[in-house]
Amino acid sequence: MIRAARWEHFDHSADIGVRGVGPTKEAAFEQIALALTATITDPAAVRPNVAVEILCEAPSDELLVVDWLNALIYEMATRRMLFSVFTVSLEDSRLTGTAWGEPICVGRHAPAVEAKGATYTAVRVARDEDGAWVVECVVDV
Amino acid sequence: MDLSLLTRKSDTEWWIDPHGAMRVPGIIYATEGLVREMDAKVYEQVANVATLPGIERASYAMPDAHWGYGFPIGGVAAFDADRGGVVSAGGVGFDISCGVRTLHTGLSRQDVDPLKTQLADQLSRSVPAGVGSVGRLHLGRAEMDAMLAGGARWAVEQGYGTAADLERIEEHGCMAAAKPEEVSAHAKERQRDEMGTLGSGNHYLEVQQVVQIFDAAVASAFRLHEGDILVSIHCGSRGLGHQVGTEFLKRMVVSAAGYGIALSDRELACAPIDSPLGAAYLGAMRAAINCALANRQIVTHLVRTVFAQVVPKAELPLLYDVSHNTCKVESHRVDGMVKPLFVHRKGATRAFGPLHPDLPAAFAAIGQPVLIGGTMGTASYILVGTADGLARSFGSSCHGAGRSMSRHQALKQWRGRQVIDELASRGILVRSPSSRGVAEEAPGAYKDVAAVVDAADQAGLSRKVARLEPLVCVKG
Repeated sequence: MIRAARWEHFDHSADIGVRGVGPTKEAAFEQIALALTATITDPAAVRPNVAVEILCEAPSDELLVVDWLNALIYEMATRRMLFSVFTVSLEDSRLTGTAWGEPICVGRHAPAVEAKGATYTAVRVARDEDGAWVVECVVDV
Repeated sequence: MDLSLLTRKSDTEWWIDPHGAMRVPGIIYATEGLVREMDAKVYEQVANVATLPGIERASYAMPDAHWGYGFPIGGVAAFDADRGGVVSAGGVGFDISCGVRTLHTGLSRQDVDPLKTQLADQLSRSVPAGVGSVGRLHLGRAEMDAMLAGGARWAVEQGYGTAADLERIEEHGCMAAAKPEEVSAHAKERQRDEMGTLGSGNHYLEVQQVVQIFDAAVASAFRLHEGDILVSIHCGSRGLGHQVGTEFLKRMVVSAAGYGIALSDRELACAPIDSPLGAAYLGAMRAAINCALANRQIVTHLVRTVFAQVVPKAELPLLYDVSHNTCKVESHRVDGMVKPLFVHRKGATRAFGPLHPDLPAAFAAIGQPVLIGGTMGTASYILVGTADGLARSFGSSCHGAGRSMSRHQALKQWRGRQVIDELASRGILVRSPSSRGVAEEAPGAYKDVAAVVDAADQAGLSRKVARLEPLVCVKG
């Protein structure tokens, strides 16, 4: 039986591994975005007030998940925002997503690190033995 | 790492003999203890780098090597364009030209002790640090391109520092052949408000004290004495460098097969030096190096402004500025022939010895200062490049302690407040906007920096000159 969607971190010596798990590939992509936010702050502390649209295209699922995270990192850096709610739809090699969040408030969010970029290290998009989708990679911080 | 996989050449030199697709051996410089502690991934990554086209002599790992992306952090590799050599975005890394610069102050502990709290508070207020922070300088399109072409030289022209600073920076403050036009609009947008910012993670600004001198003659030539107060700044090319790394990594992954390059790991992404993509990356990467040099120059100006207010008698000339994540064209002797090579240093410091033509006059007779950052609770070191280093590692040494524990593990073990209080009880003032960031950077999460520099010294990569301990640490 497929368990509920969730995110988690896994260890990498210098940086942080991010993982999203969900009943669909889209849900797993949404969850890995939450795992990315959680490298910086507690996602529960981020109010989903403002929506930002994101489009990515890549020749494989592995490249697409790295593109998705890098697009979020770019939006966080240039808008000085954090995001806590995500929706993703996938069609062939194209991702259409929305990220909801708010401007960074240092006092409330106490952001720990800045994500520099998502990497192809340990990147994986696959179904586990339960049939759940798992997407993961390491983020350079 | 499993020692049985290696051939021991000396107490500090361990070889991965060529096997499979390796074109050259892998050489790890470290003591037995440090090699044992290294992640098995370092073995894999050193061997993978040795498979890349046009690699010369060996794929090297410095004493602080740890698991990186494609190349290990602490990896050094040089490629010959005439033998089909490559340039690798993964071999430089995301934080292009991240580095350390150290400033003299002319002050002693007696001068600083009564003002330490004031210095810590004002430095943390004046130097933007941490996620979401912005600099006071906002660059338009023409200014951005001028900065990317000019580096620290551009910053000095804008009034940040003096011409004397430029002699004390690698490349004399300006990386030649930078191509701002190869830096994407996205990368420039990411940098628009980030000039003169420290960043986060392992970046820092420290007020330090020289607590031990190992080589009196070299220390004297570097104008270092026991008790001197110094300032060190560790930061890089900020969002622009990260974006350049991200974009070219993808372009190189997608194009590798077309160039006939089989990648055993996507993060080894590379392109032939002579290809259009290789040339575009070199132009953009050099522009990102200039961004880092300009950034450290502006942060230096902010630090000098604070010292001028708090301790007016202080003067802060630059000792030296080194970069850790670069690919540079340098002349090296291989098999009796001197030729230009594209030397990748990823989490490694250039460590040229005496009489190297690229050194400023002040260091020509002694070798360049090699600045090694520690953690906020231990120590930093100043070493000097050696003449033998060119033959051993293309003139390269270690760059820091290297993590021994993941951020995740560190967070389970420490609380930020606890780390700050413990350090305060030892006389070290920490200022950071993020308590969690401090916990993740706890000194206990790093390897023993003393063991790393001892290994670099013993292996002849660079020689120990001075040990510095922190008094004030501003973290992002």
